[in-house]
Amino acid sequence: MNQKELENRLSQIKDKLISIEQLPHDRIYLLCESENSYPVNKFVFDDIGARFCIVTGVDSDDCFEILYHYSYDQTGCVITIKAFIRDRENPAIESIAPFLPGAEWIEREIHDILGIDFKNHPNLKRLILADDWPDGVYPLRKEVKK
Amino acid sequence: MKKTVKKPVIAVGPFHPLQEEMEFFQLTVDGEKVTDIDVRISYNHRGIERISESLQFDQIPFLVSRICGICSASHPLAYVQAVEDIAGAKPPERALYERTIINELERIHSHLLWGGLGGHIIGYDTVFMWAWKYREPVLDLLEEITGNRNNYGNVKVGGCREDIPNEIIPRILKELDKIEKKTEMLTNAVLDDPVLHARLKGVGVLTREDAIKYAVTGPTARGSGVAIDVRRDDPYAAYGDLDWSVITQTEGDVFAKAVVRLLETFESIKMVRQALKKLPDGPVTMEVKEIPPGEGIGHAEAPRGETFHYVRSDGGNRPTRHKVRAPSYVNVPSFKASCIGGDLADVTLTLAAVDPCYSCTERLAAVDRESKVIHDYEALLQMSRDKTARIKKELGVPGIKMEDLQIG
Repeated sequence: MNQKELENRLSQIKDKLISIEQLPHDRIYLLCESENSYPVNKFVFDDIGARFCIVTGVDSDDCFEILYHYSYDQTGCVITIKAFIRDRENPAIESIAPFLPGAEWIEREIHDILGIDFKNHPNLKRLILADDWPDGVYPLRKEVKK
Repeated sequence: MKKTVKKPVIAVGPFHPLQEEMEFFQLTVDGEKVTDIDVRISYNHRGIERISESLQFDQIPFLVSRICGICSASHPLAYVQAVEDIAGAKPPERALYERTIINELERIHSHLLWGGLGGHIIGYDTVFMWAWKYREPVLDLLEEITGNRNNYGNVKVGGCREDIPNEIIPRILKELDKIEKKTEMLTNAVLDDPVLHARLKGVGVLTREDAIKYAVTGPTARGSGVAIDVRRDDPYAAYGDLDWSVITQTEGDVFAKAVVRLLETFESIKMVRQALKKLPDGPVTMEVKEIPPGEGIGHAEAPRGETFHYVRSDGGNRPTRHKVRAPSYVNVPSFKASCIGGDLADVTLTLAAVDPCYSCTERLAAVDRESKVIHDYEALLQMSRDKTARIKKELGVPGIKMEDLQIG
């Protein structure tokens, strides 16, 4: 697939997305609600065949953003799925680790630092925080920074 | 009733005098076979992403170059590319070439370092001595160019901090010829050795399917037939202007990964030579006054694979979020696919084959399901070396010792 074909292909999942943002240097952002993140990720990894890079968790005031970065190496395009978790009290999202074992660690890490519950994760135990770190304190949340 | 509870594992470490990072592997074994593997990381979590949010955009390259001493050129490069992505800045040509030169020299010394340590693990200390000896002049070149053997601190948003003076280019080219000759000798010696073939082939195989599922990068992926390389796929710095090849092997075993790294060293020498000869004239830096609000992604091919940086700005002078993914973060979990079912004597080597900054191997302990025997790192290293000795004996290779040689 060339870049044009890739863009056409990505527009097939439009109904699951809020919008598609195209930035220069072949950077594409797919914005979606957290409920749709699983099918969108599965589409990008399985159907498009993009390579999984990493996930970024961001605490942005009114919601949490989970950014799934993929690289489509045939064209050098970086595809980022931006999923919004609106519920700040009990933030949760479906885990992608069942079909993508490469995401197992990073989901555990985001669980540690932002307190996001990854549903159906095969092994959601502590990864990067120390054993004596208090429960319920998430170091990358905005309120902790002050 | 048989107890299935595992005994506590005694770790060697947590700091080994030779290595700098720490990970803890707990292996469950059934006799000689590995049946399960559990990894604990983050003994050295420094909160780099959090610290980065408290620094100004210009200060961060110095922070991220300290993520890894060996990859201290590729992390800041990926970071500045992410920031330049937000700002829409295009650094001057000469700076792009100099970034390429420094990053390829880094790859040469990193691959030689790996070759040496790999030799050490299987009991080939001659390879270790050679590889590290030949690595020294590469570090000298980096020192001459940047002022430092590691942590070069040369890249900045909008270009490079220091220029490479044209006068030293002939000297670098001459030194490169010498390095190439020595590396060639080392490579031939390794590839010709029947013992190494017998010891490394078919060991720690990572299949192509698993390589994709675990999303591994760099030589770990290329050794399993996945032809990915950020330098070619999303060209940055001056890679698009140079003539070079992506090296792949299909077998996915330790030998394939070794071949990929050795041959890549030559491609890197080729690239440095071309970049030095084509080095355009002009400035090495441009002014980037403000970083506008937005988000940017930068990735670079480090010696161990893709280094990935995501930066978000709100228009202030510090990032609001900075995510870093080093290649080992995705390469290390692939041990689940490459170690289980393999020999205990091959574990140290298989873990080392992805070049995980090495620290992992020295904090290794294994629990035998039947006898509850705990093997520590020293014992596992010995097992690995004994297997090499056994293969040597079977092949009829004479075991020459230093004291047998007449010196003088």
